[in-house]
Amino acid sequence: MAMSGMRGLSVFISDIRNCQNKEQERLRVDKELGNIRNRFKNEKVGYIVTSCMLNENHDFLRLIINCVRNDIIGRNETFQCLALTMVGNIGGREFAESLAPDVQKLLISSSCRPLVRKKAALCLLRLYRKNPDVVNVDGWSDRMTQLLDERDLGVLTAVMSLLVALVSKNYDAYWGCLPKCVRILERLSRNQDIPQDYMYYGIPSPWLQVKTMRALQYFPTIEDPNIRRSLFEVLQRILMGTDIVKNVNKNNASHAVLFEALALVMHLDAEKEMMSQCVALLGKFIAVREPNIRYLGLENMTRMLMVIDVQDIIKKHQAQIITSLKDPDISIRRRALDLLYGMCDVTNAKDIVEELLQYLSTADFAMCEELALKAAILAEKFAPDLSWYVDVILQLIDKAGDFVSDDIWYRVVQFVTNNDDLQPYAAVKAREYLDKPALHETMVKVSAYILGEYSHLLARRPGCSPKEIFSVLHEKLPTVSISTIAILLSTYAKILMHTQPPDPELQDHIWAIFNKYESCIDAEIQQRAVEYFTLSKKGVALMDILAEMPKFPERQSALIKKAEDTEIDTAEQSAIKLRAQQQQHTSNALVVTDQRPANRSLPVKVPSINNNAEANTADRGLTEVNGTLSRVDPQSATPSADLLSDLLGPLAIEGPPSAAAPDDQNLISGLEGVSNSSDALALAPLEEQSNSVQPIGNIAERFRALCLKDSGVLYEDPYIQIGVKAEWQAHHGRLVLFLGNKNTSPLVSVQALILPPSHLKMELSLVPETIPPRAQVQCPLEVVNLRPSRDVAVLDFSYKFGTIMVNVKLRLPAVLNKFLQPISVAAEEFFPQWRSLSGPPLKLQEVVRGVKPLSLPEMANLFNSFQLMVTPGLDPNPNNLVASTTFYSESTRAMLCLIRVETDPSDRTQLRMTVASGDPLLTFELKEFIKEQLVSIPTPSPMPALAPPQVQPTIPATGATDPGAILAGLL
Amino acid sequence: MGIRFILLVNKQGQTRLAQYYEYLTLEQRRALEGEIVRKCLARTEQQCSFVEHRNYKVVYRRYASLFFLVGVDNDENELAILEFIHLLVETMDRHFGNVCELDIMFHLEKAHFMLEEMVMNGCIVETSKQNILTPIQLMDKAS
Repeated sequence: MAMSGMRGLSVFISDIRNCQNKEQERLRVDKELGNIRNRFKNEKVGYIVTSCMLNENHDFLRLIINCVRNDIIGRNETFQCLALTMVGNIGGREFAESLAPDVQKLLISSSCRPLVRKKAALCLLRLYRKNPDVVNVDGWSDRMTQLLDERDLGVLTAVMSLLVALVSKNYDAYWGCLPKCVRILERLSRNQDIPQDYMYYGIPSPWLQVKTMRALQYFPTIEDPNIRRSLFEVLQRILMGTDIVKNVNKNNASHAVLFEALALVMHLDAEKEMMSQCVALLGKFIAVREPNIRYLGLENMTRMLMVIDVQDIIKKHQAQIITSLKDPDISIRRRALDLLYGMCDVTNAKDIVEELLQYLSTADFAMCEELALKAAILAEKFAPDLSWYVDVILQLIDKAGDFVSDDIWYRVVQFVTNNDDLQPYAAVKAREYLDKPALHETMVKVSAYILGEYSHLLARRPGCSPKEIFSVLHEKLPTVSISTIAILLSTYAKILMHTQPPDPELQDHIWAIFNKYESCIDAEIQQRAVEYFTLSKKGVALMDILAEMPKFPERQSALIKKAEDTEIDTAEQSAIKLRAQQQQHTSNALVVTDQRPANRSLPVKVPSINNNAEANTADRGLTEVNGTLSRVDPQSATPSADLLSDLLGPLAIEGPPSAAAPDDQNLISGLEGVSNSSDALALAPLEEQSNSVQPIGNIAERFRALCLKDSGVLYEDPYIQIGVKAEWQAHHGRLVLFLGNKNTSPLVSVQALILPPSHLKMELSLVPETIPPRAQVQCPLEVVNLRPSRDVAVLDFSYKFGTIMVNVKLRLPAVLNKFLQPISVAAEEFFPQWRSLSGPPLKLQEVVRGVKPLSLPEMANLFNSFQLMVTPGLDPNPNNLVASTTFYSESTRAMLCLIRVETDPSDRTQLRMTVASGDPLLTFELKEFIKEQLVSIPTPSPMPALAPPQVQPTIPATGATDPGAILAGLL
Repeated sequence: MGIRFILLVNKQGQTRLAQYYEYLTLEQRRALEGEIVRKCLARTEQQCSFVEHRNYKVVYRRYASLFFLVGVDNDENELAILEFIHLLVETMDRHFGNVCELDIMFHLEKAHFMLEEMVMNGCIVETSKQNILTPIQLMDKAS
């Protein structure tokens, strides 16, 4: 009998294989479906074969949709199950389109047996997950809530999987399910009404418990105190009541539940008491011998780091974690590495990185690359001082050169180039490594590059004369590859240039080498040799061209990007990832810029193979929301390629083009062709660079947005981000400017000057002259409003980055409407006031034309957004708006303002506006202010109205329509 | 998604049963099975039951000469899967009585039926042995 089943299956497979074309295949499948109907058992085989062998895109699945549908809506329970299972395993879009409503019906049908309904639940899950747009789940929250009342645990298990998928997409619609889930958990944990068959080693269905707790993790909080209490009781019981027992299976099952409970507690976060229990438990787990528990302890501790701030407690276990880093089991070592990476901050970076370096010498191949990358990232992120960073990277290259990707050494070169103080130190270190007997080629590259640039800084030290440096480098040349030879040639050229007065012997030697490589088979080497030879013959002219490389533009660490790139997404968004995103959003609501302490600046970056998906997206969320730190200039779009061209570009030359005298033009023409394409940056003259700093985002738009809200970004460019957060109280205001340096090198000569209009008294606290790398400085600014005015305060801000001088003038959002407070005025108050303020100058009326056409509700919104509170129904005419507000200033104190706008429904571009208040100046200014808002048309082009160079050209342009101006132009 | 695949492999590395819940071509399946089997079979009893492979995890358990390997997403509860393997084995045990590699080889379709009752589209559907085995017993009676 069993054999016949097997035969049916294999016959079917071989028949399908032998089919010549689609038609035959179809016939064969139809025949099989016919067989299926004839023989119960073979139907099962047919369906299983279809499930196992085909994928959802297979053409002939389309052909059997109808048969399947008939089975699903038919009466035969067995066929229903088979069809549902098949669709549940491989159903694609067409199945979703034609079957989803039927499956939904089956799931909630009261006449179906649990057997069918649990399959329907998972079948629906498949269809929904594959094509969420096709399956209509509107209104399903009530049905899901009902389904969770189910007593049958099989159906419940299936429904819970469906619920997890639904809440992971949109938890908001399923709040009703939350209490039900808690009740299910209670039922399970108290062992109420659980059939014996669902008890697994005395534990009521651990799988359902786990699934239910997983579903709960998608809800951000539990508001209802009663439900919350019930849930915490259950969790408490799980946390306290799970003991280690002898039976392995029971132990595993109870710990599966325990770990899920831990995850849920971490997520719900609040009760600190339970959190410390969790940390204590995890601390215990990472010290046990049982490998599974230790593995999970390490894994969950890493997860805990992402969710809440427990770094200090976890640090206590550092020694224990380091022990696990040396475990014979690679799975455990990986977890330990991830955890160490996650828990690293400025305080323990030195210890951890040194531990990693030490481990690197004994680590096995499978882990070396990850280890090297992580050590490099940590060293970069948390370096207490940059010389330590250089030490670490050089050690890394020394110990595991094979696993150090080019990105790692490019990065250290960038740091050295951008930090003048670091250059002599790096040069000394590079020189020291060159004395080692066996040197990794990457080390030759770094040393050659650094010594080429900075060896002249060491000139007086023993063993560091140009000649000695040249000869120690030249020793390596016979053993290295082409790409390294290219770097060595550049280094020779630079050494030659730095040898003043020229040393004829050295010069001859180097020229001989250039001569030799002029006939090299590699075009790049050949070109370098020819060019360097010709250039070096030029003598002094060489000086300008081979000067030090300019500073690199700041860019996102290619390493971190690389770590992110290894990520692959998973089908479902995990609860942790979701949680991390939610946290980012809340933090953004409070503060405009990234204010996390440096050690948490990239809180969830754990670029191991497995945690990547979460970490990366969460991190991207962070950069998008806060727009700091790693968001960088457009050049970083292709960092590694770009980086490469900078470092390995044909010529490391710099300086104004004028340096090349006319007669040099011919000589260099060949090289210019190359340089222009690949190395524009290195060639750009300095003057141009100072203009090249482009603000990120539209300054005018940022200002407009800040007029309406109290926190946000005022200005951003590749180097700095200026955020503003403001509080307003009557006629006082307190703004805080957040100056964030986005680079790894300091911003210097920082100056902020406030140019206040006469009506504002403004006091800016001291702005430091230097902003350290990646730091953020807060500068409070006190504002007092003296009298009504529409004038705007300007912040004159400048800083220097390397040789680039940036100066911007920014309008500050301390505008008239910030001193308004909406007030609602009842009819019986309004009219007497309105009448008592009779005529100019206290009450002014004006017909405004050229108004942005707005519907009345839109206009009311606009008014409300400026704190002018619209009172509907006060004016009997429905086309009119009446608004009221209180204005605060030192001269007027609190003063009521009343506004009436009469619109013309037939012509929305004009209206009549009447403004009244107890102060003539206020009335006038407020009227003008509102007018500006009504007629202001957002300019499509970026409008840095305050940047003088751009303003000037617009004057003749606008004057073109003015006869007087034309005349002036002619004269 | 949960469970991505379930593999039964013997000590020699021969696949005895394979069920995938995401589509892979035969070529990909062969490659994947090779890689995983090599990784898992080399491990000792003292090492943990989880192996990280590409962007997912393999939870495995050994019963005599047979390895049960389950590929899961990274955020799946590993111990729950580990015990799920045991549940599968106990279920087979109840049906075959002292199940061994040969039972699975010669009653492959039944092993598949059981799996089909327990897992659907990568999610656990049923954990009651009675409910899992009822349809199979019905079929035995019918034929």
